[in-house]
Amino acid sequence: MATFKDFRNNVKPNWCPGCGDFSVQAAIQRAAANVGVVPEELAVISGIGCSGRISGYINSYGFHGIHGRSLPIAQGVKMANRDLTVIASGGDGDGFAIGMGHTIHAIRRNIDVTYIVMDNQIYGLTKGQTSPRSEMGFKTKSTPGGSIESALGVMELAIASGGSFIAQSFSSDLKELTSLIEQGIQHKGFSLINVFSPCVTFNKINTYDWFKENLVSLSDIEGYNPHDRLQAMNTLMENNGLVTGLIYQNKEKPSYESLVQGFKEEPLSAQDLQLEEEQFDKLMAEFM
Amino acid sequence: MIKQLSWKVGGQQGEGIESTGEIFSITLSRLGYYLYGYRHFSSRIKGGHTNNKIRVSTKPMNSISDDLDILVAFDQETIDLNHHELVSGGVIIGDSKFSPQLPEGCTANLFSVPFTEIATELGTSLMKNMVAVGASAALLGVKAEAFYSVVEQIFAKKGSSVVEKNMDAIRKGMEYFQSEAQGNVGDFRLEEADGKNRMFMIGNDAIALGALAGGARFMPAYPITPASEIMEYLIKKLPEFGGTVIQTEDEIAACTMAIGANYAGVRSLTASAGPGLSLMMEAIGLSGITETPLVVVDTQRGGPSTGLPTKQEQSDIFAMIYGTHGEIPKVVMAPSSVEEAFYDAAEAFNIAEEYQVPVILVTDLALSLGKQTVEPLQYDKVQIRRGKLNVSEELPELEGKEYFKRYEVTEDGISKRVIPGMKNGIHHVTGVEHNEQGKPSESPENRKAQMDKRMKKLDKLTEVFPTPVVKDERHEEADLLILGFNSTRGTIQEAIPKLEADGLKVNHGHVRLLHPFPTEEVAEMVKKAKEVVVVENNATGQLAQLVKMNLTYGNVKSILKYDGNPFLPSEIYNQCKELF
Repeated sequence: MATFKDFRNNVKPNWCPGCGDFSVQAAIQRAAANVGVVPEELAVISGIGCSGRISGYINSYGFHGIHGRSLPIAQGVKMANRDLTVIASGGDGDGFAIGMGHTIHAIRRNIDVTYIVMDNQIYGLTKGQTSPRSEMGFKTKSTPGGSIESALGVMELAIASGGSFIAQSFSSDLKELTSLIEQGIQHKGFSLINVFSPCVTFNKINTYDWFKENLVSLSDIEGYNPHDRLQAMNTLMENNGLVTGLIYQNKEKPSYESLVQGFKEEPLSAQDLQLEEEQFDKLMAEFM
Repeated sequence: MIKQLSWKVGGQQGEGIESTGEIFSITLSRLGYYLYGYRHFSSRIKGGHTNNKIRVSTKPMNSISDDLDILVAFDQETIDLNHHELVSGGVIIGDSKFSPQLPEGCTANLFSVPFTEIATELGTSLMKNMVAVGASAALLGVKAEAFYSVVEQIFAKKGSSVVEKNMDAIRKGMEYFQSEAQGNVGDFRLEEADGKNRMFMIGNDAIALGALAGGARFMPAYPITPASEIMEYLIKKLPEFGGTVIQTEDEIAACTMAIGANYAGVRSLTASAGPGLSLMMEAIGLSGITETPLVVVDTQRGGPSTGLPTKQEQSDIFAMIYGTHGEIPKVVMAPSSVEEAFYDAAEAFNIAEEYQVPVILVTDLALSLGKQTVEPLQYDKVQIRRGKLNVSEELPELEGKEYFKRYEVTEDGISKRVIPGMKNGIHHVTGVEHNEQGKPSESPENRKAQMDKRMKKLDKLTEVFPTPVVKDERHEEADLLILGFNSTRGTIQEAIPKLEADGLKVNHGHVRLLHPFPTEEVAEMVKKAKEVVVVENNATGQLAQLVKMNLTYGNVKSILKYDGNPFLPSEIYNQCKELF
């Protein structure tokens, strides 16, 4: 059995001291160990931005791709080798601006990938511009007069898009975050875990204190049932999306892989590439 | 009796023009004739003129013909738009329903046959195309029974009475035409063919089959004309072999998903046309810098932007070679026939894996959609070579927290490749410049070492690539060398005998490897010719520019066509004559 230490490597993250992403990295390492994954069977696929560097900080197979495209890469990896545990990760710009098209379609496609978004409501690596998660009026270098676009309700959108596992957490709550990542990995299908991960350098509004004050834990809502889609939607709307915990899970929705005709339990990457001559002749005959 | 003829059926899109052509041509193919078909169609589903021109011959050929012998018309527009192609003594067979008229000055032999009426009497007007097929068959001297196997194959699911009704429609069309045309028509009876049943397929079929034979098992793709047939074939076939096709949300997803699957060890391709290729450029660069194998098929069509989406063009050369920002090693392969499209599609995966580079397999609309006779493909000629990847290898234990040196600097620039899941193979992959373990590095020394390593991987490719230039070198000293790529090969071949008959000594080279450019091979051909002319379907002479860029000598001229239609043999002949 691997421990979380086995998922550490010798690369020093280039995140600012105090960045929420450190905790997300730790949570992934702990969750992977807790569910019994070994490093060579974990593939972390990340996007571009501060948080996108995370695949380089975990001792596992890692692929740091291009901006906004961690999800298609991750889905390709999972389709190629369904024995791997595949985690996709990146920031809110990566997943909800440039990559939003992929996010929505990955949610509805339901391939068994765990997607962890480090949501800091700002563009950090390009030094402080607005993000689709920034609230209206939010002042940044690209919105000096305050943002005049409304913030994207990603969790609501995920539910509407047929998401089968939708959760949200706060980087300071390592225990809950680790547990949600474990559940996401174990969920048979696509899991979206949005993590409020404060940017201590550029976001002076959505700070650690701000989140502590504004986040509502679903465990504090009496009778909250994460399998009730309508309640999940209502609760998100009532709280402006600022809730933490498992928001919605549909264990009945079959994963994409389980619905693909002819898809075998044996990973595609382990199967023989060669056609038999008989098979080849049969294929040719169809054109005669 | 004649050895070859051209037949065209035309009407409104959605009227069964395509299936008329299919039934006619598959039957002739099964009788052993060689065929070449080209569809003229528009970017809409119902309405608008469409036609299917099919050339039939007792001998191999790979080009549409200049002229037309028989025109089958379902509306007057078909006659008005196409009659000028008819040879003197050519035949028009039109549906009596629209009272076909000969345009002014047209000397063709017009026959009205009640396609719709006969079909309606037999049960449904839908069978009017069968009546038309029957009338055509009468002219060609093909027996009605020859159509039986094809008709049965298409309609068997609907029951034997439907099969019989369709056969009746063919017979009635035949009888009607025979009694009508008796003695009033030239001899269009085809000499008997050799009876060998060959394959009859479009270039996209060949690519899809080649990919399957070459070990591709996963294809993420986004529909686009003229590439969609590749994904459509593979979604039908891949499940039998454990694989699948995913229709993605866009071409960026298609390309990056293919990169993910290749990274994880599955041969994966995507296919698109110009607009999709443009969207894939950043991802192709990712494949280049991360040394992840990738195969992208680009079926060229009229550009730029939406351009002429259903028309022929060859204008993506520069986009394919130079489209990606930054500098990466990349291979651009250009098959010159449907057979080659099959073998190249399979080989593309070998090259992608051996050199760990993106490979673009390029065709054009005429090659992708032109349906032609193909000699049986050779199973033994398809190899699977994975280069420096051995998935069952036991790797030595890594020291401490060091990573596997996935990007180790080696003599040939190619490093050992491992895939996720392999013990002791952990490494990082990133589009950021990286060191031998894949960890980000901005050091100038490392940057230079990794750039040099990547860029030298293809140094020897032109030497080992199978036939980088297909040569028809008839002369040690030629007056003219004609160069081209993709679908123009058969057309150029057809123009050459006419030029030779006029006393010109002509050599022909068809470039199959566009990048890295086979400079030596082309140079040798250029040296043997007084003049060089590059024939291509674009406005700026991209292949000609590529030749000039790589060769410092040679008198290079261009014959260009960019009106959306493929070259006719006569156009190449006439323009060569004008130039010389």
